[in-house]
Amino acid sequence: MGKLVQVKNVFKSFGDVHAVNGVSLDIQEGQFYSLLGPSGCGKTTLLRLIAGFEKPTSGQVFIDNISMDGIEPNLRPTNMVFQNYAIFPHLNVEENVAYGLRNKREKRSDQNKLVDEALELVGLSGLNKRSANALSGGQKQRVALARALILKPKVLLLDEPLSALDKKLREQMQSELRHLQRAVGITFILVTHDQYEALTMSDRVAVMFDGKVAQEASPRDLYELPNSQKVASFIGEMTFIKGEIIGENKNLQVQSEIFGKINIEKSRVFGQSSKKMVLGIRPEKIAIVPKTSRSKDLISGKIIDVSYFGETTNYKVSCGTTETLTISSQNSVGQLSYSVGEEIQLKADMNNIIAFSI
Amino acid sequence: MMFLLSFWTQDYLILDKSFTLNNYIEAFTQPVYQLLFSRSLYISLTVTFFTVLLAYPMAYYISFYGGNRKALWLFLITIPFWTSYLLRMFLWKVILGYNGVLNSFLLWLEMITEPLTFILYNSNAVIIALTHGWAPFAILPIFVSLEKIDRSLLEASRDLGDGPIKQFFRVILPLSMPGVVGAALIIFIPTVGDYITPKLVGGTDGLMIANMIQVQFSKANNAPLAAALSVSSLVIVAFISIVFVLINKKHLRRY
Repeated sequence: MGKLVQVKNVFKSFGDVHAVNGVSLDIQEGQFYSLLGPSGCGKTTLLRLIAGFEKPTSGQVFIDNISMDGIEPNLRPTNMVFQNYAIFPHLNVEENVAYGLRNKREKRSDQNKLVDEALELVGLSGLNKRSANALSGGQKQRVALARALILKPKVLLLDEPLSALDKKLREQMQSELRHLQRAVGITFILVTHDQYEALTMSDRVAVMFDGKVAQEASPRDLYELPNSQKVASFIGEMTFIKGEIIGENKNLQVQSEIFGKINIEKSRVFGQSSKKMVLGIRPEKIAIVPKTSRSKDLISGKIIDVSYFGETTNYKVSCGTTETLTISSQNSVGQLSYSVGEEIQLKADMNNIIAFSI
Repeated sequence: MMFLLSFWTQDYLILDKSFTLNNYIEAFTQPVYQLLFSRSLYISLTVTFFTVLLAYPMAYYISFYGGNRKALWLFLITIPFWTSYLLRMFLWKVILGYNGVLNSFLLWLEMITEPLTFILYNSNAVIIALTHGWAPFAILPIFVSLEKIDRSLLEASRDLGDGPIKQFFRVILPLSMPGVVGAALIIFIPTVGDYITPKLVGGTDGLMIANMIQVQFSKANNAPLAAALSVSSLVIVAFISIVFVLINKKHLRRY
């Protein structure tokens, strides 16, 4: 498995707007790769640069080690699932799915067999003659997928394909897409602004802000080891508190009001280490422990806010300083619930703290 | 009123109000009327064809390459309407005439040795003048239908392997058919009955049915026959229009 798609130092400007501002990426063959970022971060532009709908201002895109410079979208080994699906309204399901095949030289009967197979793959068997306008959002999505996959592209590009679907259908399609990708073995590049979508579906994720890749990592690393405060707070929640470096050997010793003196592994320190640091911890890495337990690293605090989410409850806890901690607690069997104003004891998993330079 | 009139007979100054189909029999059997009907249809359909053919690229250009100047382009298209229709048709006489602009120019270029005569006072002249006069009306409906095409469909067709030409015939043209048929109707219906243009530039070879209706109403003093001719042309136009609409329906059904 080698590098299938290489983006080399690509810039793209629209007038004064620098949509893609120096991006380099290597995407391995067979991967489910996500470009994640807030709207306007350049992720869709990057996808369109790979598809060939936009030409880079500078830099190059390689697919299978071939430069895509000057190669029109119709000649690239890529196919795209558009955000609004772009189903041809004047054609029925079968004609839509066969659209790209008709540009090839295979026999018509073979093509029809491929169409049936593709429709079966996406779960639309028997809808061959259905008019494109009689399709629901989810069905259009599947037609768009079948239409692209039938051409067996080297890379399938998906431009926020699930954003128009309702939550239930979206979750169903997420797992279907994942299974489909494993089944066909084609490299998928997905553009999304939904961090959970990126985390659950992808092998690798590139987080983009302002036209640049902020971090590129596996979903687990992205969540557990975000390399900046921005990435950390875009992907899930993180509490940030002030800290100060008081010593350094193979670990970093950091003093903070809430956690006291702690050791942080060098691999969990990001940015230039300066005297002042910001410490980050995920809400679920702090647990509420019974008042009776005794241990020297317990933190005591008072609940100032409670948000109930069903399977979890989030507590905002004031620890006698200006800073507050956010704690996420699973509402599982035996878990007590607390209310505003209650005094509680907390135990933070100090191994999960990350230090960022300011 | 006109419908009733067409079943009566004009007897010099008296209008015979007894029911008769003679006017219609005359309208459909007399060679001169048959000729005029078929010539009117020929001219009108040719004009429709060329107008749509001319208007399509213009509408296409404005829609796809107009950028943020689309409004300006559409405004420029209306400029011919700032002068009267009569004047514009009259100008074609100046352009196409024996000593007209076109002939003088071609003579000056020495591309021809004597003035061309087949360009004025016949059907060709009527076709040229009408095509020019009606082109702006065809641009608008085509423009609107092109504007309505979702641009991501064009990207999808490129993505699925179409070059620009295939893309045009597989996506753009089918999706803009409603506009094309609409434009064709807008041009066809009024041009069949046009009477100023053939009168001005048509000579005797370019006369159309409307000219005959006018003659029958006034000089020939045969209002019932004129009425019968009018009703007949109305029926013919209606019939052809319905065919157009049915073609349109076939394209629209899938939307």
